[in-house]
Amino acid sequence: MSVNASGWRPEMGDASGGGAVETFTGNRALMLEEPLIFEIGGTARTGVDIDVPAGGASRLGGLERSRPIGLPGLTEPEAVRHYTRLSRQNYAIDLGLFPLGSCTMKHNPRLNERMARLPGFADIHPLQPVDTVQGGLALIHLVGEWLVKLTGMTAVAMSPKAGAHGELCGLLAIRSALEARGDARRVILVPESAHGTNPATAAFCGYAVENIPATAEGRVDLAALQARLGPDVAAVMITNPNTCGLFERDMKAISDAVHAAGALVYCDGANFNAIVGRVRPGDLGVDAMHINLHKTFSTPHGGGGPGAGPVVLSAALAPYAPLPFIERQGDRFVLIEEETAEDHHGDSFGRMVAFHGQMGMFVRAAAYMLSHGADGLRQVAEDAVLNANYVLRSLEDVLDAPFAASGPCMHEALFSDEGMAEGFTTLDIAKGLIDEGFHPMTMYFPLVVHGAMLVEPTETESKAALDQFIGALRSVANRARQGDPALKGAPHLAPRRRLDETAAARKPVLVWREPEVAEAAE
Amino acid sequence: MTLYFTKEHEWIAVDGGSATVGITDYAQAQLGDIVFVEVPVAGTAVEKGKEAAVVESVKAASDVYAPVSGTVTESNGALSDDPALVNTAPESDGWFFKLALADPSELDGLMDADGYKAFCESL
Repeated sequence: MSVNASGWRPEMGDASGGGAVETFTGNRALMLEEPLIFEIGGTARTGVDIDVPAGGASRLGGLERSRPIGLPGLTEPEAVRHYTRLSRQNYAIDLGLFPLGSCTMKHNPRLNERMARLPGFADIHPLQPVDTVQGGLALIHLVGEWLVKLTGMTAVAMSPKAGAHGELCGLLAIRSALEARGDARRVILVPESAHGTNPATAAFCGYAVENIPATAEGRVDLAALQARLGPDVAAVMITNPNTCGLFERDMKAISDAVHAAGALVYCDGANFNAIVGRVRPGDLGVDAMHINLHKTFSTPHGGGGPGAGPVVLSAALAPYAPLPFIERQGDRFVLIEEETAEDHHGDSFGRMVAFHGQMGMFVRAAAYMLSHGADGLRQVAEDAVLNANYVLRSLEDVLDAPFAASGPCMHEALFSDEGMAEGFTTLDIAKGLIDEGFHPMTMYFPLVVHGAMLVEPTETESKAALDQFIGALRSVANRARQGDPALKGAPHLAPRRRLDETAAARKPVLVWREPEVAEAAE
Repeated sequence: MTLYFTKEHEWIAVDGGSATVGITDYAQAQLGDIVFVEVPVAGTAVEKGKEAAVVESVKAASDVYAPVSGTVTESNGALSDDPALVNTAPESDGWFFKLALADPSELDGLMDADGYKAFCESL
C-alpha cells in the first residue's frame, strides 16, 4: 500500500501554496491526501477478528457465493479516518456561503436538528398504531396547514419525497382531473425559463412537451403562450420566480388564459423562498405547486438529508390527492388510507410512497415555521431578495447581467460570460472561485443565457459574508476580463488541479479493480 | 449534393432521395466537448422538427431535431466510441444519421450556407 497512490504529487504544481516544500507523504499539514478505501484496506486482509463460523448445513440451495466479494478490510479507526479525511475535502453550508443558484443552500438552523432528535419524533415507526403516534400525526397535519395557508390553496399532499416527485404528484392529479371529465389532453407547455425537471416530469407522465419562448426581458412570452393554448393542452408548467431570477408579473393573466382554454396550471415552487409570506400562489390561479421543504423551509439537502416535496392543490385538484393523508376528526388525527378513503376520498389517484412522507423533514420544517412565525417567514423572502439584489448590483459593472434592466431580481442574480477576454469562459470563473475558498455558483444554467452564472446567496448570509463573496467574485471576474493566464489553470490551491471533465465523461472509470486485474485487462 | 441548415443548428446534405444529417460547427463550438451521442437506429421514422438524436457535452444535454421527415437508413456507429468526432469533424466524419426523405418539399424552408452564416452572425 502506498499512502499517496493515486493523488497529487509536489511536482504537479504549486499546490503547496507557493513554497516548493516537498513532503514525504504528499500531505500539506492539515490538508491530507487520502487514497481510495481499497488502497488502504486491501481485499486480502481484515480489520477485525471474527471467528470463522462453525460449518453447518447451508439452506441457500446452491445459491451460496462461490468466491470472495472483494471488500476492503479496514480497522475501525482506519474506516473512521478515511471518511473524516474525505469530508474535510468537501465544501458544505456549515463551512461558508454556498452560492449555487436554483438550489437554495441556506443555513440549516440547529434548533431544527434538536427538535428532530426528540425521541418522540425520532424513534417512532410508520407502522405503529395511530393511537400511539398522535403527536407525530398532529405535526404532519400542522405543517400541511401552514403550507395551505401560506400558499392560499385548498389541500396538500405531504407524501412526495422531493421536488421532482412533487411535480409527478401534481401532474398525476391534473391528469386524473382531466380524465374524470373525459378530456384526454396530450400536450404540456413549458416555458424556456422553467426548471429542467418540468419537461422531464411531463414526458415521464406520457405528455408531449412543447416550449414557450421567453421575452427579451426574461419572462414568459404571454402572447406566444396564448397563441399555443387549445383543446389539446393539458397544463402549463411554470416556474415562478423563474430561473432567470425574475418574478412572472403576468402570472394571473397566464393562469386566466390557461383556465379559459380548459387546461390547468402547475407552478414549480422550488423558488417559493423568494415570495413566501408576500405572495400566495393560489391568488395567482395556480392549481398545483410543490414546495421544497429542503429549500424554503431550511431542511438539509445536497448530501445532508433527504428532500421533501409536499404539493399544495387547488379546489379543482384536491379530490385527486394521493393517499395516505392525515385528517383531523375532532381531537384525533387519523390516517386516511385505501380502506378508509372510499366514503369521502374515492377519487384519489392512488399512492406514491409506502408511508406518510419524510417525517424527519416535517419536524425540521415545523421548527422553522414556528420559530420564524408568519412575520419571520415574510422577512425570509424579503432578505433573500435583498441579498440577491445586493450581489447583482455590486457586480454588474464587472459581470454582464443580461436582465439587470428588467428591474430588481428575486432571490438569485444571473450573469452571462459576455465581456471576458478571448478564450475565457464561465468555467474559468468557477474554478477561480474554488481557489478563493468558495463553492462555485451554478453554471451554464439557465440555458437561455450564454455561459450563465446563477448566484443565490439566500437570506442567511450577513452583509459581511456577502461582501467577502462579492470581493472574491469581483477579483476572479476581473482576471477573466483581463485574460490572466493563471486563471486558465485554476484551481491552483485545491487538493486537485483542474480535472479533465471531458475525459471523465467520455471514458468514465466507475469501478475499482484489483491492480493485477486492471493490468490484465489492458 | 445540396447542403441545407436549420435554425436549430443541424445540417442536412441531400443527394436525390437520401440525406445525411449532423450538427454544425457553430453548434459543436457552443456545446463544448461532446461526451456522448445517441443516434436513432436504422428503420426509425423521424418527423421534421421532432427529436431524433441526443448530444451531450460537458455543459448540457441537447436534443437534435430531424431537419425533415423520413426513415433512418443508417446511423454513425463511430460516435459511440468516439463522440469527439462531433467536435473535430462536425460536418464530415461526425455525421449523425442518414435518412430516406419522406417529402423532399420539406427542404424548401431550410437555409443555404450563406443564409445560415448570416443567421449565426445575428445570434
